[in-house]
Amino acid sequence: MMLEKLKQTFTVTEVKEQKKNLTFFTVPKEQMEMMLITLRDHHDYKHLSFIVGIDMIEDGVFKLTYMLYNYETNHSFGIHCNIDREKAEMDSFHHLWEQVGTYQRELREMLGINFEGSPRLEENLSLDEGWDGPPPMRRDFDTKEYSNNTYFQREGRVNYDPREYMREQLYPTFPKTESDKLLNGGGKK
Amino acid sequence: MFTPDRSKYPKHVNGRPEIDLSSGKYTKVWHGPQHPGITGNMALEITLCGDEVVESITHVGYLHRGFEKLMERRTFIQCFPIVCRIAVPEPAFNEYCFSAALEELSDIEIPEQAQWLRTFNLELMRLSSFLMWIGGMAGALGQGTIGQWCVTHRDYVADLFEEMTGGRIYHMYMLPGGVRAPLPPGFKERAFKVFDGIEKMLDAVDKVLYNNYVFKQRTQGLGIITRDMIERYGVVGPNARACGVKRDVRLDEPYVKYDELDFDYVTANASDAYARAVCRFEETLQSIDLCRQVLNKMPKDGPFHTKTPNVMNWKVAPGETYAKAECTRGEYGFYMVTDGSDKPRRVHARGPSMTHAICLMEQLAINTNVSDIAGLMVSIHTYPPEVER
Repeated sequence: MMLEKLKQTFTVTEVKEQKKNLTFFTVPKEQMEMMLITLRDHHDYKHLSFIVGIDMIEDGVFKLTYMLYNYETNHSFGIHCNIDREKAEMDSFHHLWEQVGTYQRELREMLGINFEGSPRLEENLSLDEGWDGPPPMRRDFDTKEYSNNTYFQREGRVNYDPREYMREQLYPTFPKTESDKLLNGGGKK
Repeated sequence: MFTPDRSKYPKHVNGRPEIDLSSGKYTKVWHGPQHPGITGNMALEITLCGDEVVESITHVGYLHRGFEKLMERRTFIQCFPIVCRIAVPEPAFNEYCFSAALEELSDIEIPEQAQWLRTFNLELMRLSSFLMWIGGMAGALGQGTIGQWCVTHRDYVADLFEEMTGGRIYHMYMLPGGVRAPLPPGFKERAFKVFDGIEKMLDAVDKVLYNNYVFKQRTQGLGIITRDMIERYGVVGPNARACGVKRDVRLDEPYVKYDELDFDYVTANASDAYARAVCRFEETLQSIDLCRQVLNKMPKDGPFHTKTPNVMNWKVAPGETYAKAECTRGEYGFYMVTDGSDKPRRVHARGPSMTHAICLMEQLAINTNVSDIAGLMVSIHTYPPEVER
């Protein structure tokens, strides 16, 4: 009912009713601000639960989700908005709710999305000042490779393959090929 | 009430005060991260003019372990022991939200007994966390004895948890598909004994702390959250209820067995640190009552776990959902996105501290006396790991 009304003004696509109290839909980037204001001021969706960014690397977009909640009807709207991954920019909505600024700081830090005009956007929440890697929540950020290139092993430290090490400790006389077979499920398919 | 002399104040440029430290008028103090009056590993960078706060900036990141990134690289069952680490003093809410989201996405219905056991575990967790909070609040305002009483009784609750789940702090009890174990024999009587002890202790706390002149003088009028701030800052939980706003996920959108229990919103009016303390005290008593109700209404036995797919190779169809619960600080939820593989695509933990600890705290700290910062901070009740995750 309400969605029908919204559809008259906005380009609402990919509507999905997940459960009784939760509906997801997608709107284009440029209609997002108007959508949030309409829902907040005219339909009582006054509580913003969170903003989260999902890296859809296969589609080349970041999918931002704004979760709004209505305390009168106990209904939530999850509003998606796809933005280009290469040119990651989104309008800032810090003037609508105070906590939006904090969420936008987190999104800039973790996904590298720029929110023009958002207050204190450059201040990192958790990464320290010396962080020079890419935004860590992006899918193409390889944590293992980064830590191998950035940090170094303590001197005198030896790494063992756990399977190999246990075999040598427990069954030193057992032939290697036989033990491998047993460890891989006894040759059963 | 304390009325500040505005003439000393710095000019505000772009919403922030212009502070010239070399003028000698201002002092910068770090409150935390290693400070007994701080809730968790968090720091406030405070600028003082005399003993009055003119600017406060919250710094987190001392506990960052990248939980959300870790979960993207792990199978669902491997994520399960990670999630409880997100809020250390109350892991049960994380376990519940994660399990509920996963069950919803893979269409699993859990048995009735498991729902009762989950309700009991969540409510006992709330009791344990509130006991810790009352002790912390008293400690922050110089009454360490009450902190010791509360922590002692919290330990008895931890004993109950140990009996029920095997763990004292991290229980990993509510796993996807139900719970891990039923209640041991004779548990109900032992639990009731602990509850009686806690009620007796809380009676003493009411007399010693809540009727204490010093405590009242220091907390009344401190950190008032006005009615319009509730919407603008997204305030939830006891912080909102202390302002008279009726918001409680347990009653608004009942989950597990809360719709079969008899309880109501606990509210206060003044919305200052004292009202929040009273609100939480009442909720502690309510929590004991709910625990008793659950134990009395719960069926004696029944299946407590349902069949799930092989957890080593559990693939969940593409979808997304948001499962939420009322933790001690308000709305807590897990937003989970799956893409058909055996790992979650994205898991986001929504904690109330994200708003309370940063924008609300920074706002409330202004004009406060520096000696009240610890009390103010504890009265908002924040856990920094939720912010940085």
